[in-house]
Amino acid sequence: MKSILHIMGLFLVVLTLLTGCREEETIFLPEHVPVAQPEYSDIEGFYLLCEGNMGWNKATLDYYDYAAGEYIRNIFSYANPNVPKEMGDVGNDIGIYGSNLFCVINCSNKVDVLDKYTCRKKYQIDIPNCRFIRFFGGYAYVTSYAGPVQINPNYEQRGYVAKIDTVTMQIVDTCLVGFQPDELEIVNGKIYVANSGGYMVPNYENTLSVIDVATFKEERRIPIAINLQWVKGDIHGMLWVASRGDYYTKPSKIYAYDTRKNQLVDSIDCRVSNMWLHGDSLYVVSTEWSYVSMSNHFSYAIINTQTREKVCDNFITDGSDSEIVIPYAVAVNPLSGDIYVTDAKDYVSPGRLYCFDRYGVKKWDVRTGDIPAHFVFLGTNVNEN
Amino acid sequence: MRKTVVIAFLNFICALCVFAQDAPLSGSLAEQDSALAAVGHGRLDSMQYIQNVIIYGRRPYEEVIPAQVLTGRQLEGLNSHSVADAVRYFAGVQLKDYGGVGGLKTVDIRSMGTNHLGVFYDGIQIGNAQNGQVDLGKFSLDNIEEISLYNGQRSSIFQSAKDYGSAGTIYLRTRRPKFTQGKRDNFNVSFKTGSFGLVNPSVRWEHKVNKHLSLSFNSEFTYATGQYHFRYRKHYSDGTLAWDTTAVRRNGEVRSWRVEGALFGVMSRGQWHAKAYFYDSSKGIPGAIVNNVWKHAQKQWDCNFFVQGAFQRHLTDRYELMVNAKYSRDYLHYLNPDTTLMYIDNKFWQDEIYISTANKYTILTDWDVNLSVDYQWNSLDATLTGFGYPIRHTVLTALATAWSWHGFKAQGSLLYTLVNDRSSARSGGVVVGKMNRYSNKVTPAVFLSWQPWLERDFNLRAYYKRIFRMPTFNDLYYTDMGNISLNPEYATQYNVGFLYRLLTDRGLLAGIKLSGDAYYNYITDKIIAVPKGTGQYRWMMMNVGKVKIRGVDVSARTTLRFPADVIMDINLSYTYQRAQDYTNPADNEDGGTYKGQLAYIPWHSGSVVGHLNWHDFDLNYSFIYVGERYHTSANTRENHEQPWYTHDLSAGYLFHLGKTTTLKVSGEVNNLFNQYYDVILNYPMPGRNYKLILKFDI
Repeated sequence: MKSILHIMGLFLVVLTLLTGCREEETIFLPEHVPVAQPEYSDIEGFYLLCEGNMGWNKATLDYYDYAAGEYIRNIFSYANPNVPKEMGDVGNDIGIYGSNLFCVINCSNKVDVLDKYTCRKKYQIDIPNCRFIRFFGGYAYVTSYAGPVQINPNYEQRGYVAKIDTVTMQIVDTCLVGFQPDELEIVNGKIYVANSGGYMVPNYENTLSVIDVATFKEERRIPIAINLQWVKGDIHGMLWVASRGDYYTKPSKIYAYDTRKNQLVDSIDCRVSNMWLHGDSLYVVSTEWSYVSMSNHFSYAIINTQTREKVCDNFITDGSDSEIVIPYAVAVNPLSGDIYVTDAKDYVSPGRLYCFDRYGVKKWDVRTGDIPAHFVFLGTNVNEN
Repeated sequence: MRKTVVIAFLNFICALCVFAQDAPLSGSLAEQDSALAAVGHGRLDSMQYIQNVIIYGRRPYEEVIPAQVLTGRQLEGLNSHSVADAVRYFAGVQLKDYGGVGGLKTVDIRSMGTNHLGVFYDGIQIGNAQNGQVDLGKFSLDNIEEISLYNGQRSSIFQSAKDYGSAGTIYLRTRRPKFTQGKRDNFNVSFKTGSFGLVNPSVRWEHKVNKHLSLSFNSEFTYATGQYHFRYRKHYSDGTLAWDTTAVRRNGEVRSWRVEGALFGVMSRGQWHAKAYFYDSSKGIPGAIVNNVWKHAQKQWDCNFFVQGAFQRHLTDRYELMVNAKYSRDYLHYLNPDTTLMYIDNKFWQDEIYISTANKYTILTDWDVNLSVDYQWNSLDATLTGFGYPIRHTVLTALATAWSWHGFKAQGSLLYTLVNDRSSARSGGVVVGKMNRYSNKVTPAVFLSWQPWLERDFNLRAYYKRIFRMPTFNDLYYTDMGNISLNPEYATQYNVGFLYRLLTDRGLLAGIKLSGDAYYNYITDKIIAVPKGTGQYRWMMMNVGKVKIRGVDVSARTTLRFPADVIMDINLSYTYQRAQDYTNPADNEDGGTYKGQLAYIPWHSGSVVGHLNWHDFDLNYSFIYVGERYHTSANTRENHEQPWYTHDLSAGYLFHLGKTTTLKVSGEVNNLFNQYYDVILNYPMPGRNYKLILKFDI
């Protein structure tokens, strides 16, 4: 009988050895991954904001250092070790203005203002359900879904644009726009806001709001297409506007709106998940769900913004696009023309960043945070995105 | 010699069982082990009969592989409020706990996913056609007498076809009225209070109408503010503190009310019961704690009602019939009034009608067959635009046989499932298309056990089972992400193991039970959300997942008897699981998911439960350990979750106030060492908390 008790005792001892104790959680140190040869130019690097799945508090910031040829993963918590709960929930946009890096953290209802070199947090601006950011004339403009609620049977809630003084980091004014405004662009003294109406399914919005920068009042609405998401202005005053479509019968699509003529001049039959303007080329990545094949269809297109025609259906020329599961974002180095495409995988696993040269040949790829999505280049004269 | 041992052994069991009726041992081996109890309660007309029972084993319809069981005092001693808290002590079980009194708690057996688990309440399954998940946090232990867990299925053949229909099953048995000599009424009033602003009164009345009929009535009210402190902190790698924050968990207020009434009848060679159940609750959903968001405003209202009945009778010596029936209606209302998020105000109504017959025929003394046929009807109604109003008809037919010969027992079953799903496609309230789909499957199960030495209660056991789970209404029809072409998700299980039991009266040791199982589970066509098309948070449910689970469950239990009537029970359980994601072979780079350990499945987990009894005094200690794990199958440092473990203590004393009147006062301290931990990422669990329980019995 004693032997049985001994067996049980032994069992306990073995269990204790097998199992581990709880340890203190430590701040993540950045992971430096060498991926390429050093490059020297006016562009020092780029930040890549990873969104992280909603509710997971896993927005992370990665950085690519050209001079070192190193990809540096997860730098926020090391730069800001005293910030409770790190960067926050769902990083939605990023931008550099002056000496500051602005990170729009959607579900943490705030914009973090970091030093653009050290990434140390300097300010926090609380804006509920904030989405995208642009800068002009000493102010930052941020779209938000969370305007005043109208208690009617449909429970409607308009969005707004907040105007932030980039010296005091205070919100100085707000301007109501349409429902669920997403990206915004500032061209010739006007702010153009892409209203999505994403919470109003199936009654999507279909307009751009036009706000006069001087008066900060909404002047008018321009009908474009339903469920607008992206709006990018090129040097010729053309706005490139992307509609998400309704996910069923209406596919996503790109529209060209001429701000000088004040008219919608073209629509380009090209699916779009994300896009990036580089000179006269609009790089477009897309994922489209097919209910016939029950799978996603991808494209990596380039649109010539002068001719307004698609010049290429797959800018990845070496076949390495087959490695990408869900293309999510695209960026182009303004000097070298290197193309960056991110892979969001299943949205809950770490993503990947692929670098291609200007001819579409893969140079390297690296693991990122979850849902790598928003780029900003750091250097001289490249802060406009 | 052998015969003497056998008889002595049996005598001991009987003595123990008789003793167990009212003695403090009732939480120990004799009561716990249903097989032994069955022998103990048997008709002991002659020694010859006993000898037969022992030598030829139990009746063939008894279980080939016994369950893990929690009952009586054991259950009481676990400091558990809900069924979910109690089942954590079973080997092989993983609990997903979102924290707090009202937080969602779902259970997963051997990493197969909560949708593969069947939960039965008094013999009939609790369904949720909408999402397939039963929130075990909703079921308080107030009226529960016994919880048993079966891997594979309950290997007794006389049961409804649904009992064959899950990859693992938890049976909840409510209290049955028991009357001591001359008593016609039992009253029980209890009151619990403590941390989280808990106020939890309950009343119970049992009445004996006549010797064939008794009834019980039970009602319980729970209120809790759900507030508790939680703490998050991080250190520098040199060990100094980087940040440390303590906050109060908010929006966890719970208000719930449960009423149950039941009738129990006995007749010659048969019995029946009928019951009605009503549960109504409103609660806040505390939500994930993320940077800059420390409270939430989401609310949920539930209302569940069902009536069910069961009838069981030997119609002839060889033929036994069982009929089960149920009607249930479930209401769910979810509200998100948070103006920083999308406004959501959704209501759902589910209806279920269920009827089942089981027919057992004894061909030879050691050979039984059973045929069960079940029919079930489900519908879901919702205030969603473009909702398809799905209806599901399910017919399940199970044919099973059980056979025993010397120390060898075998059971085989085949389950035929026929499912018809109907829904409509609507646009602007007008039906624009109809869907009508049939699917049918046959799935087998085989259970074997062998007792190599007749004089020793040592059993080797093995089983194989293949079963599937149907896609839920949400999987099929949920706006945007539902996929009506989904196929069932399969689980295939292989298990080998042993069970050793010993009852003795030599020395300190009164009994011991050891069991171990090794298993391999294979999940194919796993229904998972796959990213779809343009934009984030858009998914499609697809049959693409593949998971392999290799595991070992070990449990040990012993009862020790010390001088001066001190009795001690110790229960140990340990589980090792390697649950690997084989879904995407291409995703095998660093940080990839291929062969990664599944989300929230620890490699090591286990529990220790100790119970000390001295006359009217009880002392309980329980320890739960959940080892390191990852919150996705990409096993990177960012996804790593620390182990957590809690120590709970409770003590109680029973005061005798009259001939049959008692008052039991108990106090509990849970999470004694005040460990702050998350079971689910960003859902903080309570630290040290207290409870006071008063139980008054007349």
